[in-house]
Amino acid sequence: MPTLANYLIVSGLLFSIGLAGVLLRRNILIIFMGLELMLNAANLSLVAFSRFNLGQDGLPGYNAQVLVFFIITVAAAEVAVGLAIIVALYRMRQTTHVEDLDTLKF
Amino acid sequence: MQLALFCIFAAFTLAFGLGVVFFRSPVSSAMSLVMTFIGLAALFVTLDAFFIGVVQVLVYAGAVMVLFLFIIMLLDLRADQRRPVKLSAWAGGGIVVGGFLAILSQVVFSLPALEQTKPALANPAVNDVAQVGLALFRNFNLPFQVIGVLLLVSTVGVVVLSRRELK
Repeated sequence: MPTLANYLIVSGLLFSIGLAGVLLRRNILIIFMGLELMLNAANLSLVAFSRFNLGQDGLPGYNAQVLVFFIITVAAAEVAVGLAIIVALYRMRQTTHVEDLDTLKF
Repeated sequence: MQLALFCIFAAFTLAFGLGVVFFRSPVSSAMSLVMTFIGLAALFVTLDAFFIGVVQVLVYAGAVMVLFLFIIMLLDLRADQRRPVKLSAWAGGGIVVGGFLAILSQVVFSLPALEQTKPALANPAVNDVAQVGLALFRNFNLPFQVIGVLLLVSTVGVVVLSRRELK
């Protein structure tokens, strides 16, 4: 039977894979996909805690699942706006490589 | 049986997560991300969160990833050229990720409360959708309305950001 620790380890590994994607890849779309992986890892943690901490009536704690619902919604809105920004950036610079975007570099 | 299913879905999800980060072509990364989301939906179902599992497939795999693939098609991205690997960058990234994993495993293995298996539900045939709906509309009604405003604002923002300058 999988324990809560198993689910949290999977969530942590998924988060670190997303973190590695954000830190190591230089294509801006792949960085964005790493961000989505990190959000989903947090969702998995929340749903695991919701199932393992039962409320007063012996049912899962649904507040965490409502928060997951909100996170999915906000992530969808963020993806829409972020991709619009990326498209506008591509129109100006004709590149998706983050190392070519150095106007703000110190 | 439950442990076997959990291991299969977890391995599936993590393998495709690694595929997102390590594929050269953006389309391969996007398809790997779709499979990661489906593996996560399967994990949600093993946790008796049926509504969230279905919402995950519909919204993430069905809408967000379609948006990603449209943008990849629109920008006509090629596979990444092999640029020389900066060892310092990879070492730094590896240290950050390794540090995070070390801290996480230390916390997870030091708390005995996390070793519990799934407690039995009072009602195994609970109507998941109804319960989430009741929690959402009773306790979180205001944040729900605010989310609606947020979606409207993001839609307007996308339209504004996508305008070309009219000469």
